[in-house]
Amino acid sequence: MSPSLDVGAVSRPRSSSAATTQRRTPISTTSDWTFDLIRELDHEIGLLAEEYGLDTYPNQIEIIRSDQMMDAYASVGMPIGYHHWSYGKQFVSVEQQYQHGMMGLAYEIVINSNPCIAYLMEENTFTMQALVIAHACYGHNSFFKGNYLFRTWTDAGSIIDYLVFARNYIAECEQRHGVREVEALLDACHALMNYGVDRYKRPRPISAEEEKRRQRERAEWVQRNLNDLWRTLPETMRRREADDERVFPSEPQENMLYFIEKHAPLLEPWQREIVRIVRKMAQYFYPQRQTQVMNEGWATFWHYTLMNRMYDEGLITEGSIMEFLSSHTAVTFQPPYDHPGYRGINPYALGFAIFSDLKRICEEPTDEDREWFPDIAGGDWLEVVHDAMRNYKDESFIQQFLSPKVMRDLRLFAIVDDDDDDAIEVNAIHDWSGYRRVREQLASQYNLGDREPNIQIARVDLRGDRSLTLRHAQHQRRPLGDTTDEVLRHLHSLWGFPVRLESVRDGEVVARRACPPESGGAD
Amino acid sequence: MTYIIDRRLNSKNKSAVNRQRFLERYRAHIKRAVSDAVDKRSITDMERGEEVTIPARDISEPVFHHGSGGRRSAVHPGNKEFVQGDRIPRPGGSGGGGGGGEASDSGEGVDDFVFQLSRDEFLDYLFDDLELPNLTKRHLKGDASFKYERAGFATDGVPAKLSVFRTLQQAKARRIALSGQSRRRMVELEEGIAEAAGEGDEVTGMRLRSELARLERRERRIPFLDDTDLRYNLHVKKPVPTSQAVMFCLMDVSGSMDQATKDIAKRFYLLLYMFLKRHYERTEVVFIRHHTTAREVDEHDFFYSRETGGTVVSSALKLMKEIVDERYSPDTWNIYAAQASDGDNWNDDSPICGKFLSEQLLPLVQYFAYIEITQRSHQALWREYERLAGEHADAFAMRHITAPGDIFPVFHDLFQKREAA
Repeated sequence: MSPSLDVGAVSRPRSSSAATTQRRTPISTTSDWTFDLIRELDHEIGLLAEEYGLDTYPNQIEIIRSDQMMDAYASVGMPIGYHHWSYGKQFVSVEQQYQHGMMGLAYEIVINSNPCIAYLMEENTFTMQALVIAHACYGHNSFFKGNYLFRTWTDAGSIIDYLVFARNYIAECEQRHGVREVEALLDACHALMNYGVDRYKRPRPISAEEEKRRQRERAEWVQRNLNDLWRTLPETMRRREADDERVFPSEPQENMLYFIEKHAPLLEPWQREIVRIVRKMAQYFYPQRQTQVMNEGWATFWHYTLMNRMYDEGLITEGSIMEFLSSHTAVTFQPPYDHPGYRGINPYALGFAIFSDLKRICEEPTDEDREWFPDIAGGDWLEVVHDAMRNYKDESFIQQFLSPKVMRDLRLFAIVDDDDDDAIEVNAIHDWSGYRRVREQLASQYNLGDREPNIQIARVDLRGDRSLTLRHAQHQRRPLGDTTDEVLRHLHSLWGFPVRLESVRDGEVVARRACPPESGGAD
Repeated sequence: MTYIIDRRLNSKNKSAVNRQRFLERYRAHIKRAVSDAVDKRSITDMERGEEVTIPARDISEPVFHHGSGGRRSAVHPGNKEFVQGDRIPRPGGSGGGGGGGEASDSGEGVDDFVFQLSRDEFLDYLFDDLELPNLTKRHLKGDASFKYERAGFATDGVPAKLSVFRTLQQAKARRIALSGQSRRRMVELEEGIAEAAGEGDEVTGMRLRSELARLERRERRIPFLDDTDLRYNLHVKKPVPTSQAVMFCLMDVSGSMDQATKDIAKRFYLLLYMFLKRHYERTEVVFIRHHTTAREVDEHDFFYSRETGGTVVSSALKLMKEIVDERYSPDTWNIYAAQASDGDNWNDDSPICGKFLSEQLLPLVQYFAYIEITQRSHQALWREYERLAGEHADAFAMRHITAPGDIFPVFHDLFQKREAA
């Protein structure tokens, strides 16, 4: 549903005089929350959100204790997950840090599902619950429902069912084949998880029941199909010759887990199914990894807008809005690069700055804005922010909407660190000659394709040693990290035959690795 | 549309399985940390958790990622002094590292993984793959504990234990049983009345009606609830077999034993005590110290008071036998003894010790461990005990300790799980 012009017009924040005339009684004047208050809060925020055209899945608000929050952390926010030691490790580390006071827990966790599940902590005050409801139940929720990546890649309606299926299936495998074996397989799959997504091909979402039904057919079918590929029975010479020229796969494959699932010669059917489960998880999380800045920025922008509206309408007290502002400021704080607490760019700060600036550009455009954003300057802000939310991901969002003003406010500067050079060069700053370059570099920083090495499956030696060859296209001469050999070992355990990795720069192989190692093959 | 759910009452420890898997995977690391901790820590604070450190390289989950080197660009906030074209010397002179923290880019951080084991987990790992020798010999009934168990229903009891369900069930069964015959007759009568009315037979109708009325009166007189219906929950007292152990600590406190040696002994005793406590519901400790004569003392005196004089080990053994005879009947107690000494003994006494142990004490005890804490060469007592160890391999063990670091390995060695012979 797209917000009509009228809705936008109605929803402009009222001037303070207008607001004072129709101030209502606050929902609560104390800092304690009750279930009735939460219901009322949600109702009021929901009404305001509707005015702003936020289209959401139904909300499912769950109140949990702090130790349950730690559980939720450990399972990457999934309500149901299969068992694996790495989640235990995650849990142990969160528990450790929390108990030693080294970190606070998030106020909420929200899950991209339908209904959209949001966990609220019991410890939150009334104001914090309001903030969290606005942020998660209306901000993130509408992002999940509206953003094109989520619409394309995830199926919010069936994810919970699929998680249940995955958990039960893996538990069954553990019973049948031993915990150790399943764990080793999951380790291998997790190592390749980032390479288990289709980046360009569009998937077809299917329901969990169908998934279950298909699973058995698939197991048989794949095995039969494989045998055909790996047939070793003698054939006529002509066919062999034809086959020798055939390159398999005919095109490089980016989705390694998919390739393993379909073509690894030695895997048992249950192993293929587990590879598939991990692959599906990776695919489900793929949009989140690409929309961190936008998703958080969007949610922050809306909790800020909605809370201020609540205050204007008199639904929350002055004390509440002060408490809210102090939390909000802490969340959107961006430490400078030389600050001891600097951990890179804060996605909340950057995203919130851009969305707020979009609103400013529409409402109070300057000459600079007219030059940089002729399409939107002076336009309807509600339509502009909704359009940005729907049709972009971090990379393109920054490339499109990062304005000179935001760059100046955040005092962004770009550096180049080249190992051929003995010093780091500042190649652009927040000035007239640097805006474009800073923006470009920042955008590419959020491009997963740049962040992760570009590695694809190049070919399989069908008639020889059945080895699998990966091709790494080097970008900016950047070599692979030190865990590469270990990942290759995992890949080898899945493939069952030798695995080679070539790093290619300008069409030339500059480094080779292999598992099992080959003499003279290491770089 | 919003649903609000209170999940606070849901079970916690959803991650318990995952945590367990994690601990299982890093068992070797954890065991090493635990055994290091035992050497370092004063044994008195053994009853707490421990911090375990696992090197980052062992615990990282590998992924394909970019290594350092090549040409990389980054955007950072908070510029104060830079202008375009500035050249900044590399921090630390190393290649790579983008001026600030590019933590997200390089995958895992390099810090070691540190976490806390709980007290129970710590002790579990501490005593993992250790077991008490001859544990199964005496699992005996203690007199102290009883447990109430359900044992069906009884026909009498106190009102508090009335089983309402059973009672009503019983009452209903009784009512059905008592009225069955007359109800069958009542159905017949009703049919008869209807038939009589149809035929116009007034007399038979009257007779049948009066019988029906009599039967109905009779049925009403069957009580709804009768004393015989009452059923009570029955609980019976069952003795719970408890296993109990007594641990005898025997120590030489003659002039040759200095405080350092006693501390080593103390650690050994504490380990043994904790270990016994985990296996037996009741564990008592008896402290016997001796020089030329033996005395039963309390814990503080045992470890800290100093005495001088010669050494007669057999005096302690004899006192122990007396105490066993007096208070700890081997029928009901599992008896363990640990003797610590620097090896000094009155030369003529050692054969007496050997004889006394093998004839009088060893048949009574579950296990007798002797540790000799000395830097010097062994003396007569060690040689006498060595002979004993050969003869009573299942109940007697001896080890030699020179430094505090030996305590845990020796302890471990003494109580190692043995293959079932």
